[in-house]
Amino acid sequence: MSLGLYRPGRSLLHRAPAWSKLLLLLAAGASSFLLDRPWQVASALAAVVLGYAVAGVPPGVMLRQARPLVWILAAVAFFHVLASGWERAFVVVGVLLALVLLAALVTLTTRTADLLDVLVAWMRPLRVVGVDPERVGLLLALAIRSVPVVVGLGQEVRDAQRARGLGASPRAYAVPLVIRSLRHADELGEALAARGVDD
Amino acid sequence: MIEVSRVTHVYGEGATARTVLRDVSVTMSEHRVGIVGANGSGKSTFARLLNGLVVPTEGTVLVDGLDTRTEGRQVRRRVGFCFTNPDAQIVMPTVQEDVAFGLRRRGLSREEVRSRVAEVLERFGLASHADHPAHLLSGGQKQLLALASVLVTEPSHIVLDEPTTLLDLRNARLVADHLGRLAQQVVLVTHHLELLEGFDRVLVFDEARLVHDGPPDEAVAAYRRSMA
Ligand SMILES: Nc1ncnc2c1ncn2[C@@H]1O[C@H](COP(=O)(O)OP(=O)(O)O)[C@@H](O)[C@H]1O
Ligand SMILES: [Mg+2]
Repeated sequence: MSLGLYRPGRSLLHRAPAWSKLLLLLAAGASSFLLDRPWQVASALAAVVLGYAVAGVPPGVMLRQARPLVWILAAVAFFHVLASGWERAFVVVGVLLALVLLAALVTLTTRTADLLDVLVAWMRPLRVVGVDPERVGLLLALAIRSVPVVVGLGQEVRDAQRARGLGASPRAYAVPLVIRSLRHADELGEALAARGVDD
Repeated sequence: MIEVSRVTHVYGEGATARTVLRDVSVTMSEHRVGIVGANGSGKSTFARLLNGLVVPTEGTVLVDGLDTRTEGRQVRRRVGFCFTNPDAQIVMPTVQEDVAFGLRRRGLSREEVRSRVAEVLERFGLASHADHPAHLLSGGQKQLLALASVLVTEPSHIVLDEPTTLLDLRNARLVADHLGRLAQQVVLVTHHLELLEGFDRVLVFDEARLVHDGPPDEAVAAYRRSMA
């Protein structure tokens, strides 16, 4: 649930400016295709794990960052073992894992608002083609905030169904969830207006 | 001071038109004003008139002399609004960010923003939760956060639409205690009648009309009679 959300701390990584961490992440992503030897990939993974240690993030939290990807990684590994051998499989899966863990490390050590400020600043040139960077930043923040809210709504719908002794029909779940989500969106819009977003 | 003059409000048009406020006039200058009434009597619509979220079909609403129809922006800066469901009004992922959100584009320095946010979180007992994700707070804490996020912008009036309806009694009391300490003018819509104790004035709505206006005990008695 608290996946990738900022964990307060005073480490070097926490204190580094948000733009430097985003830049590092971009550079890592762009250069990841250069890694094609198992030892290189192993070093990259080790470097990322070291980053977690420096940031003081417990190993359990680190493992949780990778959990949503386990099945995808397993499938990719399986395919590559069959198609091109375990070395290739290790390289591909290792690079993916290292990048995901690195991205999570950035969000774990950087406040969402700081990340958004950087993204908004970087998007400023897009103004000339009609993009409002502040709007995009707000949209991203709302999306992040809405994940736990919608998860909570889903929980409520399930509880209400159980209370009425209804079975787990996907339709009986989806319809009320969509309705509640729309109502939430409505209320959120009103709250944003009250807080002067459109002014 | 909030002046509502000859306000009628209609939702929808033609066959689906529905008059939810009918010729309401009231001037509120008291420090504490309560609003009670049955479900559907128009309380929320009335509350939303006061910060220009709803502009009346007929009549005018003036806040400190500013017309909500033409000066909505200035009005919203003066009138903070707190909704029933705190989950919908917390718009940023963490406690501190949500409070800071209201201070964007106000030309404040980072330092000023930080100190104002810290001060308000301290006041609402949320300082130790500053970096917590908002969804991990309890219902009462969420409502206090919503209140903190409104008050950090230093409005001169605050309108609350049933802020304690989703809370248990203890949390309702907690929110009420904070309301009691505000220097701002407070307009509180509520079904928790005991929260109106000590209020200067209470308005009672029934079927789109303002049907009673007076001190709390009298108004609450009138409300109970009309419900019986
Ligand atoms: N946006 C809207 N569109 C149409 N009808 C509405 C809208 N908001 C409220 N109403 C209707 O207006 C009436 C008064 O609602 P409201 O002001 O919310 O009353 P209260 O807060 O006292 O329950 C209700 O019948 C409600 O269904
Ligand atoms: Mg209402």
